[in-house]
Amino acid sequence: MLGMNRGFALVLTSVVLAGTALSTPAWAQKAANTIRFAYDQAPESVDPFFNNTRIGVIIGANVWDTLVYRDPVTNEYKGQLATSWKQVDDRTIDFDLRQGVKFHNGEEFDADDVVYTLNFIARPENKVVTQGNVNWIEKAEKLDKYKVRLTTREVFPAAIEYLAGPVVIHPNEYYEKVGPKGQNEKPVGSGPYKVTNYVPGKSITLELNKDYFSGSPKPRARIGKVEIRFIPDRQTQMAEALSGGVDLIMNVPKDQADQFKTVPTLQVVSGETMRIVFMQINALENSPAPALKDERVRKAIIHAIDREAMVKNIVGEGSRVLNTICFPSQFGCTDEGAARYPYDPAKAKALLAEAGVSNLTLDIVAYRERNQTEALIGYLQRVGIKTNLRFLQYAAMREVVSSNKAMLTHQTWGSFSVNDVSASTPNFFAFRSEDITRDAAVRDLLNKGNNSVDPEIRKDAYRRALKIIADKAYAVPLFSLSTYYVASKDLVFKPYPDEIVRFWEMSWK
Amino acid sequence: MLGFILKRLGLALLVALAVSAIAFFLLRLTGDVAVAIAGEGARQADIELIRKTYGLDRPVVIQYLDWLWKTLNGDLGTSIYFKTNVAPLIIDKLPVTLILGLSSLALALAISIPLGVLAAIYANSWIDRVALAIAVVGQALPNFFFALILVMLFSITLRWLPVSGSQTWQHYVMPTIALGYYAAPAFMRLIRAGMIEVLSADYVRTARAKGLPAHKIIFKHALRNAVVPVVALAAVQLGFLLGGSVVIETIFALDGLGYLAYQSITYKDFPVMQAVVLLLSVVYVLLTLLADIANAWLDPRIRVA
Repeated sequence: MLGMNRGFALVLTSVVLAGTALSTPAWAQKAANTIRFAYDQAPESVDPFFNNTRIGVIIGANVWDTLVYRDPVTNEYKGQLATSWKQVDDRTIDFDLRQGVKFHNGEEFDADDVVYTLNFIARPENKVVTQGNVNWIEKAEKLDKYKVRLTTREVFPAAIEYLAGPVVIHPNEYYEKVGPKGQNEKPVGSGPYKVTNYVPGKSITLELNKDYFSGSPKPRARIGKVEIRFIPDRQTQMAEALSGGVDLIMNVPKDQADQFKTVPTLQVVSGETMRIVFMQINALENSPAPALKDERVRKAIIHAIDREAMVKNIVGEGSRVLNTICFPSQFGCTDEGAARYPYDPAKAKALLAEAGVSNLTLDIVAYRERNQTEALIGYLQRVGIKTNLRFLQYAAMREVVSSNKAMLTHQTWGSFSVNDVSASTPNFFAFRSEDITRDAAVRDLLNKGNNSVDPEIRKDAYRRALKIIADKAYAVPLFSLSTYYVASKDLVFKPYPDEIVRFWEMSWK
Repeated sequence: MLGFILKRLGLALLVALAVSAIAFFLLRLTGDVAVAIAGEGARQADIELIRKTYGLDRPVVIQYLDWLWKTLNGDLGTSIYFKTNVAPLIIDKLPVTLILGLSSLALALAISIPLGVLAAIYANSWIDRVALAIAVVGQALPNFFFALILVMLFSITLRWLPVSGSQTWQHYVMPTIALGYYAAPAFMRLIRAGMIEVLSADYVRTARAKGLPAHKIIFKHALRNAVVPVVALAAVQLGFLLGGSVVIETIFALDGLGYLAYQSITYKDFPVMQAVVLLLSVVYVLLTLLADIANAWLDPRIRVA
């Protein structure tokens, strides 16, 4: 009897002791010049054209280059794989390409790579996942070894913005041989980092590209190695950060980020994102809530909500209150001249009384940041509007909205990080499926902005459209979302609204 | 005996088939797969393209029969999310889950046998109560919560063990404890009951009368008999542990079958989900069958039942 007990105790003790002896404490990898980054979702493919996840965009930006680079601070476009470009006519742009650039496999970069990549992604049968990123391209032609002509299907003023974002350039010889499948298994780009190890669903390792071309607007990287691990559980990610198992995590909820601030080995960094939050109001002629057709009721709803307090108390640092339905840095986004609706519950009540509305009961559909939805419901309650919450999956919510069953929505939109109003406002106000106001004047102005290449005409059209939306209170602009990062104290790290983690900019203190 | 085995085998196959059909139809009830795959902001055209590509525009029954036919021919299909063949994807992940399942089972037995024996010998004493308390806690504590307590203690406070991953054997220690502790109480209760019964049997009394030392009676004569039903239970529990590793593998980011199942649910990757469910149900059914056969072999009365 005793023998068995002792044996059992011995096994337990030896397991624990062996654990102590053999596991090395995992501190920040400053000494190894390695950043260990954890993310909750694995990309379905590393090839940027075949995933629609944030982590896919992050890997894409670090491993590949684009023709144009947008400076995330000044929003100025700079040449990356292209050195200059010229708008030849409404649908044609010519690019001069950079010489002396090599892909990670040694393949030389020239016009053939650009032409092959753009023509490949433009063909719908090649099934690029987010068609909206590429279906504006008609064709690309080689003018000479370092000169390319791009034709768009229609007038597409945001072309340069897309070429600075999701449209990366693949090496044509390699891509032609291995296709998207091979590009996922053994990715080859020309960016500041190259993929050295990839286990789908588990981890991906990036190493510094020592042959990265000088003169790139992306500064020369200093971190030698980046280990990205996919850890689905947020608590586990936080435990890893606390125990020094990872150096960087993102999308940490505000309340938990606040707790991390007391940990001496860690820093909490927050920043604004391009994701905007707003409420749609169903003002359609056959609206399921006819009261919402009254402009005064819609204005009352905006006056009822204390957006400043929401930003301060539940959204977090970096977020700002919006007055129009677009992200401020987007081309064409402005709140100039648009009506403002400060928090004023008394005025809200007066407007409701004026409209002859009492005991109003509405539905609100929502799909994320439920705490914010609940705050909105609370504010509406205070002015006498009772609101029932329908919390749904995104796809289900979209169906409710597009089938005219929604009264109010708690909506968010990330614009695919495209810094142009054409990627945001028209989605909800240009008679597309999720437009539940359908004002023809707004639609025409938005289309005008979308279909002109003259920046001044575009700006003016968007400004006027955004003004009508605000003046007629077609929606409640709320705020931009912020996101929290938790990083090792030694890491020099800066967040950007596009939520791209730029490993090439990072260094150790 | 052969007739019994064949009958059970046929039944097992039917169960596996039923599970696969139920899983297939339930998955379709979770919403429009094409919309889910397309993700936020996809245009209607994107969704239509996906629907066509994956044959989701056909009737569900046809989709199921098509899947079944291909599976029977050894083709588990292609992962919608990872775009690779499902079979190698699963085979890659299998070792991690097997290691975790077997080590948890070993740990569960290592905890439950001594505790069960002690509880039986000192039945209704404080030792019995302590053993019972350990069992109750093990059963009542959700394993994800227990896992987080382990992480806080061993990774954050003591810094002995890595939080997550599957690179070294140290990465398996906490998942094994979390999963194994959860499985232990069932064994313990069985051993305790068996031991109490056996210890009051005539042959034990005879052994005592002969003047054999206590440890010889307990281990050589009593435990050997009391442990027989545990063998059968262990087979079934292994099935539970393999299936139950979904949560534990996800928490510890152990790159095994459970984690793959979690990912496939998140990404609505139904060919993978379907294959994992089928594999786990087949394994479970086979282990139950094995337990049945073992029991029948040990106890001829079961064979005619």
